[in-house]
Amino acid sequence: MNESIQRNIRQYTMIAALLAIWLIFTVLTGGIFISPRNLSNLFLQSATIAILSIGLVLVVVSGNLDLSLGSVAGFVGAIVAVLQVNFQMDTVSSIAIALMVGALIGLWHGYWIAYRRVSALIVTLGSFMIFRGGVIGVTGGATIGPMEDSFKFLGQGFLPELLGPESEFKVTGMVLALTIVAVLVAFEVVNRSNRRAHGLKVSSVGALLGKLAALSLAAAVVFLPLGAYQGVPMAIVLVLALAAIFHFIAQDTTFGRRIFAIGGNKEAAALSGIDIKKHILVLYVMMGIMTAVAGIIFTARLNAATATAGNLFELDAIAAVVIGGSSLAGGVGTIAGALVGALVMSSLDNGMSLLDMDVTWQYVLKGLILLAAVWVDTATQKKTRF
Amino acid sequence: MAEHILEMKGISKDFPGVRALNGVTFQVVRGHCHGLVGENGAGKSTLMKILSGFYPHGTYEGDILVEGSVRHFRGIRDSEHAGIAIIFQELALAPNLSIAENIFLGNELAQNGVIDAAATHQKTQQILKEVGLDLDPETLVGGLGIGVRQLIEIAKALSKNADLLILDEPTAALTETETETLLTILNRLRNKGVTCIYISHKLNEIFRITDTVTILRDGQTIRTLPTKALDEAKVISFMVGREMNEMYPYRSRVPGKPMLEVKQWSVADPEIPGRLRLNRVDFTLHSNEILGISGLMGVGRTELAKSLIGAYGKVVSGELYLDGSLQRFETPRQAILAGLNYLPEDRKGSGLNLMMDIKENMTLASLDRVSSRGVLKKNLEIVESERYVQKLAIKTPSIEQKTGNLSGGNQQKVALAKWMLCSPRVLILDEPTRGIDVGAKFEIYNLMNDLVEAGLSVIMISSELPELLGVCNRILVMYEGRISAEFSHDEANQEKIMAAACLNPTEQQ
Ligand SMILES: Nc1ncnc2c1ncn2[C@@H]1O[C@H](COP(=O)(O)OP(=O)(O)OP(=O)(O)O)[C@@H](O)[C@H]1O
Ligand SMILES: [Mg+2]
Repeated sequence: MNESIQRNIRQYTMIAALLAIWLIFTVLTGGIFISPRNLSNLFLQSATIAILSIGLVLVVVSGNLDLSLGSVAGFVGAIVAVLQVNFQMDTVSSIAIALMVGALIGLWHGYWIAYRRVSALIVTLGSFMIFRGGVIGVTGGATIGPMEDSFKFLGQGFLPELLGPESEFKVTGMVLALTIVAVLVAFEVVNRSNRRAHGLKVSSVGALLGKLAALSLAAAVVFLPLGAYQGVPMAIVLVLALAAIFHFIAQDTTFGRRIFAIGGNKEAAALSGIDIKKHILVLYVMMGIMTAVAGIIFTARLNAATATAGNLFELDAIAAVVIGGSSLAGGVGTIAGALVGALVMSSLDNGMSLLDMDVTWQYVLKGLILLAAVWVDTATQKKTRF
Repeated sequence: MAEHILEMKGISKDFPGVRALNGVTFQVVRGHCHGLVGENGAGKSTLMKILSGFYPHGTYEGDILVEGSVRHFRGIRDSEHAGIAIIFQELALAPNLSIAENIFLGNELAQNGVIDAAATHQKTQQILKEVGLDLDPETLVGGLGIGVRQLIEIAKALSKNADLLILDEPTAALTETETETLLTILNRLRNKGVTCIYISHKLNEIFRITDTVTILRDGQTIRTLPTKALDEAKVISFMVGREMNEMYPYRSRVPGKPMLEVKQWSVADPEIPGRLRLNRVDFTLHSNEILGISGLMGVGRTELAKSLIGAYGKVVSGELYLDGSLQRFETPRQAILAGLNYLPEDRKGSGLNLMMDIKENMTLASLDRVSSRGVLKKNLEIVESERYVQKLAIKTPSIEQKTGNLSGGNQQKVALAKWMLCSPRVLILDEPTRGIDVGAKFEIYNLMNDLVEAGLSVIMISSELPELLGVCNRILVMYEGRISAEFSHDEANQEKIMAAACLNPTEQQ
């Protein structure tokens, strides 16, 4: 079998699974699920989990975990809301403070995990409780809002429309999509000629065209409904930008490479001169900042902070990352996979609430699908390895 | 009863990009000890993994006949039921379980699901005695040395009462004494009628204990002959496909200035307060020199190396001068940057990241060289690793092969390349030729010579006396955390080193 296909097989299975889920919901909802309006909403709803998952991939790759994502995101959101509502602080300063709080919480985690050698599970489980308490304390159990308009824009706003605000179909998204696809294709072509120059294997032209087609399809699936509805939400732009940055960190920087090395074999990494403690510390600071970003976007979308905001987000994010092919044992994971995973999780939420399904069954189904996803993974992996 | 307890016919096995086995025929006579030899990557381990069901029926071509009837093993349990026990090249014990638990893992002595602790304990003790180990069955495996673990693996296989025992490089990590014990045990088993397949790169063992030898090369059976009809030179020429006249490329040299001076170097035992793992070690490594360190397993050779590069942090006392300047390394990173590098002995445990590919492993310790401002220069990375794949003749379809998929010898070469890429000034090699075939060993010795010629100083820690005697300009012997003797190349011989390795230095005087 073609090697690159083999390597990517689980990402293809996950995309196939995502499409299957969409198909099922479309049929069950009589087409409502696939309407531009709903898909638009779905992408917007997935933004928070997507941001958390993007950050979490490297943490999982390093062989660690973060159980406090939801509580910390809720806590940061509450702080922003209080700053804006009770202290009349402007958007920029309140966001700056929020990011700082996220970074500090990350530093706290990193310190205990890397330098005090308490297991990540325990440290972040502690924070799960500490900051849930924090949210309740800061909000006083009440809903705090509304937020500044410019802040709200981050969670609810759209990219300005090139054809003017009256245009029926918004083209900005299409332009953006075409640019993204063009850039990715350019990268791929350069990469191919590079690899060929070094005598490395390159995928066949057929595989390349297939990849291009898949990419265009994905862009169309995301951006067409957005264009047909209200345009491209800011939050989605942010998610894509963050994904690109973290993909770059994972694949092209020494930091990313070392994180993979630490997760794969700690002892070998240490003997290779990698400062494990420092890297884990930095990693958690990054995670803290990403959590803050997620909290900001979530608060902006709801236009308020509540005592339950962010509840159980960490579980969705972990599920998304695992569905996306990261191994909880460390050493393996991709950002693209996590994005697909995040979409799977949000599609389930969205589809099941469209169907007005009982909450009981919503939880049960999500749990079962997580189980199935990981099982498919193990099963296909076995086949590809031998 | 069929004469052949085992026949494998026309076995072929493909991995992505590699044909590991190509129509191999392999027959084993009942009651024989059958040697299986070949270069690294020849396909020995793969053949045995197929036989043991590790690669289940359907993932390979060809037939396996046990006692004359065709068998389709779906997993290791199936082959165990057919009386076949395998000890893999990669040790497979669970470090967090005790010896007893490991030995009976999967075959627990239990009644209605409740483990019979007393029986397990007693049985384990008995089996341990058979392999010459005097250990408490409750000891956790994680804290034991690699040699002892190997013996436990053998004990585990014995506990299964197998008719056919497969040992894949069982002595690669064993000391001479442990090897002796093992060979004695195998002889005893053969007298009891157990058939065994024995894979080793140490030809002297093959000649001592096997009745028949099969030589593989590039996934094909080259010859199967009675051991009596062979000699080492013949086996080697079948293995590598040409004559090899020289085994050890010794080059005599005039040592230059001191490159690494170690004074009063002591390391405290982290478990037993007051006890020293290393006790005031003094030695000097010169430029233009290969210095050998000999000694039995567990006398502190690896501790010495690891403490020098700062892997133990601050529990160390003493002075270290690198090229004349006093250094105090608290992390391996500092040592690497200063030019003191260490190739660990256990390549799977601490040398390589088996999930990563060849190029990623090779550049891991020198990422700063293949990046600028934290961004990897992937082209440079490819060029550099290509260069070393060719230089060290690493057998792989591509530099993007996962190191976990390479044969043992080729893994070792990747680990070596990783440190060569750092362009060190002093390179400490801990058992660099463990599990490596004769041809590749010769290449590695040559490589060490080239490195020294290029200005590097090399320390080689090894349990194989012939290679120490064959390539080192000077040899230190360690005994219980001290240096007990020092010999120049001309003075040294096997007896003197063994004597110094087994005796207390004070008794010796
Ligand atoms: N899981 C795998 N995936 C891909 N290639 C593999 C895998 N296992 C083995 N190979 C390849 O098959 C060939 C035979 O490997 P094998 O491990 O059988 O060699 P060997 O004779 O045991 O060598 P050594 O003496 O170094 O242990 C090698 O080229 C190796 O790279
Ligand atoms: Mg092998």
